[in-house]
Amino acid sequence: MNVIKEACKTVSDLWSLMVGLKVTGKYFLEPQRTVRYPWKAVSNLDTYKGHLELVGGMKDPFKPRCISCGMCALACPSNCLTVVKKKAPKPTPEEEKALAEAKATGEKTKDKTPKDPEQFLYDYTLCSLCGTCMENCPAGALRFSKNVYMAGYSRNDFQFDLVLKLRESDARATKAEPAAPAAETSEA
Amino acid sequence: MPAELIRILIGLVAVALSVGLIGLVMVWVERKVAGHVQRRPGPYEVGPYGLLQPLADALKLVGKQLFMPDNADPILFWLAPVLSFLPVLLLFLPLPLGDGLYTLDINLGLLLILAFSGLAVLSLLLGGWASNNKYGLLGAARAVAQSVAYEIPLLLSVLAVAFVSGSLDLATVVKEQGTWPWNWNIMTQPLAFLIYIVSALGETNRAPFDLPEAESELTAGFHTEYSGMGFGLFFLAEYANMVVVCSVATVLFLGGWHGPVLPGPVWFVLKVSLLMLLLVFFRWTYPRVRFDQLLNINWKWLMPLAVANLMLTAFFVKLAQFAVVK
Amino acid sequence: MTRYADMGQVAGDFYTENFAQTAQEGSLILNLGPQHPSTHGVLRVIVELDGEYVLRADPVLGYLHRMHEKMAEVKTAAQFIPNMGRVDYGHALAWNWAFVGAVEKLAGIEVPERAEYARTITCELNRIASHLLWWGAYLLDLGAFTPIMYAFDDREKILDILQVPTGSRLTYSYFRIGGVAQDLNEDCLSRIRAFIPWMRSRLPMYKDLVSDNIILRKRIEGVGVIEPDQCRRYGATGPVARGSGINFDVRRAEPYSVYPKLDFEIPTSMLMDARGRYDVRMIEIEQSLRIIEQCVEQMPEGDTLVKGAPKPSWKVPKGEAYFAVEGGRGKIGVHVVSDGGKNIYRTKLRAPGFSNLSLFAEVSRGTILADAVAILGSLDLIIPEIDR
Repeated sequence: MNVIKEACKTVSDLWSLMVGLKVTGKYFLEPQRTVRYPWKAVSNLDTYKGHLELVGGMKDPFKPRCISCGMCALACPSNCLTVVKKKAPKPTPEEEKALAEAKATGEKTKDKTPKDPEQFLYDYTLCSLCGTCMENCPAGALRFSKNVYMAGYSRNDFQFDLVLKLRESDARATKAEPAAPAAETSEA
Repeated sequence: MPAELIRILIGLVAVALSVGLIGLVMVWVERKVAGHVQRRPGPYEVGPYGLLQPLADALKLVGKQLFMPDNADPILFWLAPVLSFLPVLLLFLPLPLGDGLYTLDINLGLLLILAFSGLAVLSLLLGGWASNNKYGLLGAARAVAQSVAYEIPLLLSVLAVAFVSGSLDLATVVKEQGTWPWNWNIMTQPLAFLIYIVSALGETNRAPFDLPEAESELTAGFHTEYSGMGFGLFFLAEYANMVVVCSVATVLFLGGWHGPVLPGPVWFVLKVSLLMLLLVFFRWTYPRVRFDQLLNINWKWLMPLAVANLMLTAFFVKLAQFAVVK
Repeated sequence: MTRYADMGQVAGDFYTENFAQTAQEGSLILNLGPQHPSTHGVLRVIVELDGEYVLRADPVLGYLHRMHEKMAEVKTAAQFIPNMGRVDYGHALAWNWAFVGAVEKLAGIEVPERAEYARTITCELNRIASHLLWWGAYLLDLGAFTPIMYAFDDREKILDILQVPTGSRLTYSYFRIGGVAQDLNEDCLSRIRAFIPWMRSRLPMYKDLVSDNIILRKRIEGVGVIEPDQCRRYGATGPVARGSGINFDVRRAEPYSVYPKLDFEIPTSMLMDARGRYDVRMIEIEQSLRIIEQCVEQMPEGDTLVKGAPKPSWKVPKGEAYFAVEGGRGKIGVHVVSDGGKNIYRTKLRAPGFSNLSLFAEVSRGTILADAVAILGSLDLIIPEIDR
């Protein structure tokens, strides 16, 4: 009796092998999930965190909103940001006279230094994309770009000045993205 | 006889060419099937549908530097891949592709095939031993134990078919079978067919019995130290062995070149391809069997079943002979 | 075999030599790793083999030591959160939670309700992803090449969902002290609602292809039996302990966040072998789906970051706190000691994998090498968290 039970169990065990074959056979005939880059692109890029970029102001979209406070550089865990402030402009002779007068009377003078940074050095090789800088910016001047296709030949390609990038961003906007429109979504 | 000699020479050349072609085609088929089972495309860049991928692989393998580990035995090290590949050419000779389409007219064709497939064991052992590598040695030891063990049920299941057909000559075995599937030997010997397939998987080190090549445990086993053409020859020999084993299965069980409408060789190739596809599917579906379980399957299940099958077959064949005489 | 007669010593480094001091005559000493086809990470195990049987096994760690605890000493609390995403890439959000929870406990910060729910949902999604990764990699170890592809395909859905609030796909630093970085918007929630029944429909396929497969069952049944008292001695937690019958889950034993309000089961197995641990993890996937379902329904409106959340210059008040969460591998604990200065004085990370791995030396004694690999896979080790 035991032998027959063993034999039946063996048969049912072997049937599990056939079931496995059925599963792989089914997937053999189903469409593929691969997105063949670069002829097609994935479609979930709008939430992707690419490298940092500066946000332009309302009046001048190519001038960053950054006020050079340095909170981001302080907050960054990886020390990848360096904010270089602009120097105060050399005052004209009239302004110098006005400054001297104000100093004599004890009036407060307005600081004419432009707020936006001279340079905003960003080392993408160190950045861990945590978002702390973005969240702690009082001016809302930082955001993550959606640049998935960033590629370079050397480390220097990934250490750049975000102010320059913002200024050149209109030229970049017309550059071609990968050729075909986004094809298969990952929720097919 | 010169005619015989010329026939054998032509056959050998044809076999050598076709083995090369089979290697290329099988590599492509395996990778494509693997890809599609895993819902990805497999090779698709090199050539249309990746058809030239195996050629690119072959060129890469041929172009690699042939080097040998430090304390390895040079003669044995380079003998191993050659020994695994050359006897395979011999195994194709007695196989009948069509009516009268076989190279070697020998009345012990089956025995020839079984005998020479035993040489593959030697090449595995030499490969592992001569590598001077612990992983290689472990892989070789496993491979030898496995190959030697699985030859016995293979032989016994094949013998059962020989009993039914009354001859060891492959051409006769095919002739005895009819055109339609219900006349094939698989109807009279289904158990032998199953035992044969399992033993064939064990003999050719194909999954789920591919422990000698267990990558995740022993980093490629007996062919760890081989790169370039050495590895290429082992690889090619494995695929060629697979084809031989499938061809023998078609000849013995599936009616060889018999079939309704199409010419003989076409049916033969079709049947062999179907069996090969099945073997490729096995690789990508099942996990690996552990080594002691592998030997257990052989000694506790396959061999007793094969012996029982053989005895039953002998009994019924004798009974039929008596009935005819009466 | 182990000693070259002319050199009179074992070829190998300090560890191998040390190991070989007490080796038996005629045994083979083999290094599994640190470069491994098995996808655990950089783990090195020195085994002493007698033929196929493992006489002794000795894991050697430290190949991936990245000094996270040292980095915590030179960073402020908010700056350390990205580190926690990288300690264990399998279940990064649980490590996030452990650290942030410890700091919040120390400073007495209360997290808004919606943030707690967001944390729970994302953490459980990450747990499912981690278990799927384990499942695929385990089967790859055992020689089946397709289940990992199916698992990764399913995992892509989870990663796409988690990309919406966090922006990352693997090493998340989504939690903040006092809440989470971004809210789960309606798009994310609708995707989660669609994901749950879809994932449930995939589980029978896993069962058909793998769990019921006779070859797999023979490979993992009876292999790597871990007794409950062995678990207790080594401090093993998570599915390793639950697979041996110890009914301990941090979410029930030391509840935190909204888990007391949720209805889910803790799977345990009395099988005590690799099969038990396998079953526990597969059931945990289903239970995680249940948790996510309830959280999505119960999630209230509100803030996701507490008002007056710490600024970069915030100093952790003086004191110490310990916070434990249930990670995919076991109990993740973070102990934070602060002296009121800018940086945290000391952060201790308790990795569950470390305790689980310590079991390996004892459990693998006397098994076949193939079984040792199966046991290693069933412990679900991620070496970066073990080495920190």
